[in-house]
Amino acid sequence: MSTTTVDEHGGDDHGHVTNTGLSNEKLAMWTFLGSECLLFGALISTYLLYRGKSVSGPTPKDIYDIPYTSVSSFVLLMSSLTMVLALAAIQRGDHRRLRVWLLATALLGATFISGQVYEFTSFIREGLTIKTNVFGSSFFVLTGFHGVHVTLGIVMLLSLWSMSMRGKLPEEKAEVVEIAGLYWHFVDVVWIVIFTVVYLIPSN
Amino acid sequence: MTTFRRRLRFALVLPAFALIATACSRQPEPQDILNPQGPISRKLDSLWNPVFLIAVIIFVLVEGLILFVLIRYRAKSDDDAPVQVHGNTTLEIGWTILPALLLLIVGFFTVTTLVDLDRKPTGDVLNVKVIGHQWWWEYDYLDYKVTTANELHIPVGQPVFVKVSSVDVIHSFWAPALAGKMDAVPGRDNHLTIQADKAGQTYLGQCTEYCGLSHANMRIRVVTHTQADFARWIADQQREAAIPTSGTAGEGASLFKAKGCGGCHSVSGYTAGTVGPNLTHLYSRKTFAGALFTLDEQQLRLWLRDPPGQKPMNPNKGLGMPNLQLTEDEIGKLIAFLETLH
Amino acid sequence: MATVLEPTTTTEDIVDAEVVEESGLLRRPKATTGVWSWLTTVDHKKIGILYGITSFTFFLVGGSEALLIRLQLARPNGTVLSADAYNQVFTMHGTTMVFLVVMPLSAAFFNYLTPLMIGARDVAFPRLNAFSYWTFLFGALLINSSFLLGGAPNGGWFGYAPNTSITFSPGHNIDFWIFGLQILGIASTVSAVNFIVTILNLRAPGMTLFRMPVFVWMTLVSSFLMLFAMPVITIALFLLMFDRLFGANFFNTAAGGNPLLWQHLFWLFGHPEVYILILPAMGIVSEILPVFSRKPLFGYPVVVFSGIAIGFMGWGVWVHHMFAVGLGPVAVSAFSVTTMLIAVPTGVKIFNWIATMWRGSLRLSTPMLFAIGFVAMFTIGGLSGVTHAVSPHDRQQTDTYYIVAHFHYVLFGGSLFGIMAGIYYWWPKIFGYALSERLGKLQFWLWFIGFNVTFGPFHLLGLAGMPRRIYTYPKHMGWDFWNLVASIGAFVIAFSVLIFLYNVMHSRKVRNVVGDDPWDGRTLEWTLPTPVPAYNFAVVPTVHGVDDFWHQKYTEDEQGRLVKLPPQEAQADDVDPASIHLPSPSYYPLIASFGLPIMAYAMIYGAYLVAVFGGIVIIGALYAWALEPSAEPHDDHEGGGGGDGADPGDTGSEGAAAVEEVDA
Repeated sequence: MSTTTVDEHGGDDHGHVTNTGLSNEKLAMWTFLGSECLLFGALISTYLLYRGKSVSGPTPKDIYDIPYTSVSSFVLLMSSLTMVLALAAIQRGDHRRLRVWLLATALLGATFISGQVYEFTSFIREGLTIKTNVFGSSFFVLTGFHGVHVTLGIVMLLSLWSMSMRGKLPEEKAEVVEIAGLYWHFVDVVWIVIFTVVYLIPSN
Repeated sequence: MTTFRRRLRFALVLPAFALIATACSRQPEPQDILNPQGPISRKLDSLWNPVFLIAVIIFVLVEGLILFVLIRYRAKSDDDAPVQVHGNTTLEIGWTILPALLLLIVGFFTVTTLVDLDRKPTGDVLNVKVIGHQWWWEYDYLDYKVTTANELHIPVGQPVFVKVSSVDVIHSFWAPALAGKMDAVPGRDNHLTIQADKAGQTYLGQCTEYCGLSHANMRIRVVTHTQADFARWIADQQREAAIPTSGTAGEGASLFKAKGCGGCHSVSGYTAGTVGPNLTHLYSRKTFAGALFTLDEQQLRLWLRDPPGQKPMNPNKGLGMPNLQLTEDEIGKLIAFLETLH
Repeated sequence: MATVLEPTTTTEDIVDAEVVEESGLLRRPKATTGVWSWLTTVDHKKIGILYGITSFTFFLVGGSEALLIRLQLARPNGTVLSADAYNQVFTMHGTTMVFLVVMPLSAAFFNYLTPLMIGARDVAFPRLNAFSYWTFLFGALLINSSFLLGGAPNGGWFGYAPNTSITFSPGHNIDFWIFGLQILGIASTVSAVNFIVTILNLRAPGMTLFRMPVFVWMTLVSSFLMLFAMPVITIALFLLMFDRLFGANFFNTAAGGNPLLWQHLFWLFGHPEVYILILPAMGIVSEILPVFSRKPLFGYPVVVFSGIAIGFMGWGVWVHHMFAVGLGPVAVSAFSVTTMLIAVPTGVKIFNWIATMWRGSLRLSTPMLFAIGFVAMFTIGGLSGVTHAVSPHDRQQTDTYYIVAHFHYVLFGGSLFGIMAGIYYWWPKIFGYALSERLGKLQFWLWFIGFNVTFGPFHLLGLAGMPRRIYTYPKHMGWDFWNLVASIGAFVIAFSVLIFLYNVMHSRKVRNVVGDDPWDGRTLEWTLPTPVPAYNFAVVPTVHGVDDFWHQKYTEDEQGRLVKLPPQEAQADDVDPASIHLPSPSYYPLIASFGLPIMAYAMIYGAYLVAVFGGIVIIGALYAWALEPSAEPHDDHEGGGGGDGADPGDTGSEGAAAVEEVDA
C-alpha cells in the first residue's frame, strides 16, 4: 500500500510524487529566491549604512527625480500584472494570449530598464558616478544589480515567448510560466523596497 | 586492570600533567596575557580565572567520562548487545538547562565588567592619541603638544585615556600587561584606558591586526615613569631640536633636507614631514623602525643602507621607506646628525 | 511483498521526438566507463567521488602550506619564507582548508550519501549537481593558479579592507582571491538549492523528516546555512571588486567608506560558515557512534533540534569576531551573551554522544576511534570558544595563537576527525573493499598525537602573547620552545597522512571484500549491494521509523535487549533494472562551468571582451542544457505516472553573479 497519494496537479512532479507537494522546480525557485533576499538585503544595508556619509559630490537630494522614477516604478509594477495574466492564459490553454502577455511583460520590463539607463546616464552627466562618492558607489551597485536581475528576467520571458511560438510550451507545462512569474514578481517586490528605501525615504 | 588499560592511562595522563605543570610553572613571558601589571588588565584577569577554572573542570569531567566509557564499555565479544536506550528526557533537559544557567551567570559578570571598562576615566587623566601607520606607531600627547614614535611613555598610578586610530589600514594596539587590545581603524576614533602600577618598566606589545608585509614588525614599547620622571621626560620632548650647522653633524643636517628625509620625517623647527616617525628626539629612544631594532650606530647604518632589505616594505607602491641609495659617507654624516637629536 | 514504485527522481519518461532532434548542438554523451564518463556524469555517487578526490588533493596542498608555515615558525627569526611569501602561504592555507577541503569533503559525503539515506535514486537536479562540482574545481584551480601568475592572495582568508584595497594590495593577488571565491560561491549556492530540494522532496515513502538519519538533517541545515550565507560574502566580494577594478568607494575611508562594513558582511557569512564546516562532521559522528556502540543515538530529537538551533542561533553571533573593533559595550555585551548561549546546543550534543556510548558495547574500529576523537577534541575547542565569549578577556585573547588553537581544535579536531571517521566508515560501501584496520589504527594514533602536539601548544603560545599572522618572531619572547614542538607535531600529522595514503593504495591491492553491511549498520545505504548500482534502489523502500534498516534486522524485548530477527526474504526482483529511468549524462554542466574561469581571468586582466565571450559560453551552455531533456527515452519504457511532455524548458540566462535555477 502506498503511503503517498498521487495528486494530478499539485503534488505531481512529472508523474513522480514529491514529499512537499511542490514540484522540484518550483521548490528550487522558492529556495533560490530565499538566497536572493539576502543578496539584496546586503546591498540595501550597504546603501543605508552610507546614507548621509558622502564627503563630497552630489547627494540624493541634489540628483533624484522622484516623479520620473515613480513612473518607471509604475511601469514595472504593471509588468507584474501582465505576468499574472500570462500565467492565467496558459493555464486555460489560451496560447495566443499567453504570448501577448509574455511579450507585454518583457516590453514593460524593457521600458523600465530603458528608464533606468536614461536615469543613470543623466546622473553621470550631472556628476555622479560610481567613483564620485559613497552615495554614487552604493546607488549604482544596488540599482545596477537589480537592473541585471530584471534584464535576465526579460531574457527568460522572451525565451518562453519564443518556445511558445514554436509550439514547445503546451498547457501541461504551465508551471514553467508560473516559476518564471515567481522570479519576476520577486524582482518587482525588490524594486518596491529599493524605491521606498532609496528614493522615497529622505535622508537628513 | 588489564595491561592495556594501565598503559592507556599512563600514555594519556602523563603528557597531560607534563603540559599543565610546564604551563603553570613557567616564568611570565614579556607579552604574557596572564600577568597583569595594572588595574585594567587585572580586571580582565579576574574574569578569566574563574571562567578558565570552570572550563578546566568541565574538561576533566567530559574527557574523563569519555576515557571511562572507552575502557568500561568496550565490547567483550562480537555479539555483545547492550540494552537499547533511546533517551532520557529528564537528563536531557537537565544538561541543557544547567549549562545555560552557568553561562548566564558568566554572561552577567561579563556584561558588568564590559560596562565598567568602557567608562571614561575620571580625575587626573593623561590623554594620548595612538596612531597606527604601516608599520610603526605614532604617539601624540595632546595636552603637551608632544609627538613621538615607537615608545609610549606614561606615568604610573594615573589612568591614560588612549584614542586609537590609523592613517592607512586597520592595526591593533596591544600591550597585554596593561590592557586588552583596541583596533586602530582608519576613519574611526576608538578609545582604550591603560594604567600601569610599577615605574621604571618597559612593557612590550605589538600590532595585533594583520596589516600587510611588516605586520610582525610593528612593535610596541610602553615605558613607565614616576610622576616626576614623566614630567621631566615631557619637558625634554617639548624642547625644540638644536640643529647643528657645522662639522659632520652639520653636513648631515643639510643632507637630511637634501636627500628628502625631511619630506617624510619631522624634526621640530627644521622639517615637517608626517609620513614617517617624528625624529626630533630620536636619540631619547632605545629602538627605531617600529621599535624593531636597537638604536645604535651599527643598526642605523644597516638600516640606511637598505631599509626594505632590513624590514619588509613596498616603497615602490608607496608603502614604507625607500632605499635612498646613500653612500657610506652620506650615511655617516646623517647618523652624526641624528645622534644630536636627543 | 515488495511494492513497485516509480523512481522518485525528476527524470522524464517520455520525450517528444521533436525535442530530441533539436535538443542541443551536441549529441548526448554515451560513455559509461573511462574519462569521458567521469567528465559527463550526472550520477551523484560519481560526483561524490570526484569531490572527495579533488578535495583530498587540496588537503595535501593546504597541508603543505601548513608545513611551510611551521618550518618558518619553528625557530625565531626564521628565514624559510620571506614576509611576502609567508603572507601568501598563510592566506592560502586558510582559504584552501575552508573552501577547498572541509566544505567540498562534506559535499562529497552529501553527494554520495544523501540520496542513499533517503531512499532516492539521485538528487533533484543531477546536471546541476555536476555543474556544482566542475564549478568548484575551476574555482579551486583559478585561485591556486595565482601562485604562478604573480603571487597568491595575501590578505588573509578574511581579507580585511582597506588592506585588501588596491592602494594597499597592488597587484592581482587579491583579484584572484575575489574571483576564485565568487566562483566557489556559485558552486556552493547551487549545491545548497539542490540538496534542500532533494531532501524536502525526494524522500522514500514513510520517511518523514523525523525519520531521516541525523546526517541528512545536518546536510539540510548546512545547506540552508550555505543558501543564506553565500549571498552575503558574494556582495562583500563584489563591493571589494568594484573598489579595486572600477574605483568605487565602499572601503575608501577618505571618501567616507567604512572598513567595518567589510567585517560585518564577511562575518555575517563567516560565522554561519563555521557551522557549515562542523555540522556535516557532527552528522557523520552521529551515524557512527550508535553503530559502533550497538545502541541507538541517545536523544535523536534533541540532537536534531540542537542542530537546527545552531543553524538559527549561528546568525546571531557574528560580532564575536569583532570584539576588539570598538563597537561599544552594548553591541559587545549582546553578542557575548548570544555567543555563550550557542554553546548550549553544542554542548548538548556532546552529552548525547557520550550517553550513546554509555552502557553500549563499543567496537573500537578505526571509524569509531576517529569519531570518539572528534568528541574529545571538539570538546576542547568548544571550551576555549566559551572562554573567548568572555569579551573583556577576549580583548587579550583575540588575534593571538590562543584563537588559532581554538579553531584548529574545532575544525581539525572536529571536522577533519569526523570526515576521517566517515571515510573509513563508508569506504567499503563506496569502493567495495575495506581499508586496512591495522594501518587505520596506526594512522589514527599518529594523527591524534601529532594533532595535539601541534595545536595544544598553541594555547600556551597565545596565552604567552604570541599574535597571529606574523611571519616571524624575535628571540627572548618565551615562544621558542613551543613553536618548535608544534612544528615537530605538524610533521607527525604529515606522516600520519602518508600512512593514510599508503593505506588507500595497499587496501586497493589487497581488496578485502567485506560485504554489503560490514559494520552492522542502521541506515538505508547498508541495504544496497556493493558496489552500489547506478540506480541505487531496485525497489524504492518504504520506511517505518528511524534506523529502518536496523529494525529490519533486530527488535527489542521488554527489557530493551536486542533480539535478532530472521533474515528477510530477498525482495522479489520483479523490476528489470534496465527499465529504471536514470538521468542521462550531459556535456553542458562542464561547458557551462568552464565559462566561469574564462570570465574570471578576463576580468582580472581587464580583457572585458573576453569576459563577454565567457558569459556567452555560459548562457549558451545553459540554454542548450535547458532544452536538453534530463533523460533520453528508453525503448522498453514502462508507462505510468503520467509524466508527459518534454522538460519544462526554463531557460536560464547567466552572468557570473546570479545563477538561475534551471531544470536539470
